Amino acid sequence: MNWISNYVRPKINSLFSRREVPENLWTKCPECGTMLFHRELADNLNVCTTCDHHMAITPRARFAALFDGGVFHEIAVTEPLPDPLQFRDQKRYPDRLRAAQRETGEKGAMLVAEGEMGRTPIVAAAQDFSFMAGSMGMQVGNAIIAGAQRAVKLKRPFVLFSAAGGARMQEGILSLMQMPRSTIAVQMLKEAGLPYIVVLTHPTTGGVTASYAMLGDVQIAEPNALICFAGPRVIEQTIREKLPEGFQRAEYLLDHGMLDRVTHRKAMKDELVTILRMLTGQPPAVKGELPSPPEPAEPDAAPEQSSAPEPAPKGDAKA
Amino acid sequence: MNYLEFEKPLAEIEGKAEELRAMARTNDGMDVEKEAAALDKKAAALLSEIYKGLTPWQKCQVARHPERPHCRDYIEALFTEFTPLAGDRNFADDHAVMGGLARFDDMPVVVIGHEKGNDTKSRIERNFGMARPEGYRKAIRLMDLAHRFGLPVVTLVDTPGAYPGKGAEERGQSEAIARSTAKCLEIGVPLVSVVIGEGGSGGAVAFATANKVLMLEHSIYSVISPEGCASILWKDAEKMREAAEALRLTAQDLLKLGVIDQVIAEPKGGAQRDPQAAIAAVGKAIGGVLKDLKGKKPEKLVKDRRQKYLDMGSKGLAA
Repeated sequence: MNWISNYVRPKINSLFSRREVPENLWTKCPECGTMLFHRELADNLNVCTTCDHHMAITPRARFAALFDGGVFHEIAVTEPLPDPLQFRDQKRYPDRLRAAQRETGEKGAMLVAEGEMGRTPIVAAAQDFSFMAGSMGMQVGNAIIAGAQRAVKLKRPFVLFSAAGGARMQEGILSLMQMPRSTIAVQMLKEAGLPYIVVLTHPTTGGVTASYAMLGDVQIAEPNALICFAGPRVIEQTIREKLPEGFQRAEYLLDHGMLDRVTHRKAMKDELVTILRMLTGQPPAVKGELPSPPEPAEPDAAPEQSSAPEPAPKGDAKA
Repeated sequence: MNYLEFEKPLAEIEGKAEELRAMARTNDGMDVEKEAAALDKKAAALLSEIYKGLTPWQKCQVARHPERPHCRDYIEALFTEFTPLAGDRNFADDHAVMGGLARFDDMPVVVIGHEKGNDTKSRIERNFGMARPEGYRKAIRLMDLAHRFGLPVVTLVDTPGAYPGKGAEERGQSEAIARSTAKCLEIGVPLVSVVIGEGGSGGAVAFATANKVLMLEHSIYSVISPEGCASILWKDAEKMREAAEALRLTAQDLLKLGVIDQVIAEPKGGAQRDPQAAIAAVGKAIGGVLKDLKGKKPEKLVKDRRQKYLDMGSKGLAA
């Protein structure tokens, strides 16, 4: 089952590689071809201003838009073994991993942070498709567990933005074991009575969909996101017929009862705030752009157990 | 006997011995027993030799051997009063998954497994052991039943993977797998899983998230098939030997990685050469594990199971 290659759309790849080049100030919308000025595109959260096509967005950019005033505190993630299987395909896994880390500036494919969204304290996790197709390796599992433990400790809802080509093949069976591991994280939240909301973004596939991404109390997707277990190409090869237009896209899943909502990225924050405040019995929120919250009066107390994730010492302020 | 590609030299010797004996049967007074016995001995030595050093790819072939005992054979031989229970109460009964009540050593249990079928007709009926969402939902229902009535659950894993089909996707293949894995982690009864052939990715995890996971000596358990991995990472499906090597999918490697708990020795030449002996060995192993888990409190069983998965990944393969 070719989970990763199916969705790694060359278009998206070219988008990322283009963003590496600072002098390239224009991005062509892969859907409608409009040339978009980088600042305009960033202001619109990487959504095409002409056709509303949702392009990939990095976890940091997403968090900057999600948290009030763009202020969030990164949650530390237990570092996994770097190469447990001594995996080597055409390249060594550590080399691939280092290249991804260099390109993205991130340690792994999942970023977790705490902060306030519409004056509603939450813990959030976002998966980075530009980091080895967002694939679910041990770092992703550890990040979800760290986020869930932190949410339980702070009694906050957990919001997770998924995006992945599936499992990290270079971690073999240990990648597969992130399915039960992330499921345990979800169960920690449920047992603590905390909301767990999944926002499925393009693409969410394979073992990721078949674990934490489908276990939300509320399931929201971004428009036109590919969401599936087996990819369209694998299915076409199996059943030897053409699949219908829009198959496995967010709207198709909504029609088939697999999602609660499909929501535009620009409207996502307000919607999350509305839902979370109702689920947690808080009064309606003041909508719109909010200034950053006052610096937390309670500098987060030290975690009780050593295994518990610690908040990063200083915030990653993004304007 | 169905010979695998690497068993060809063996086929030759065994064929010659058979030919000699056939000749002696038609020609009275001809004594070939001495020569035939010598050939038998040579064949036995060669068989041991081959099976001592199976490569990971060869193990994949053995694990998929059509004459290997399947779920149904194990249930018939090891359990009494097997009472199949059908259906997911929503859509259909999935014949790729067998399940029901049964007695193991007189103790009532719930047994669930993938069944691949053993001839063209039954293989089609069983969909080659590739379950659809209904199969996982049936398993969830049966695990719930086991939980309510305090019956241990035994799962027998033998699947190339969950079925990549149009209907399966529309009816929520990923959600069904995610919930099945979650159910495995929730039930307060002993859960023992045995990989008897192929442990194919998410389709296997959905049944094999257990207190104890056992594997037959020549079975495999992997995040992706070697062919699939080769076509993605090597861009060449013919590199499955390399991929099988890299994925560490053998029972022996998985034991070292701490992903499984026990390897069950197979008869010489693999389970397909002596199904009865293989089945008996599996029965003995299941009996041992159930005995160890007997009397443990429900909360303890759940807690231990979760802890095992949370701890997973701390162990790599020594270089």
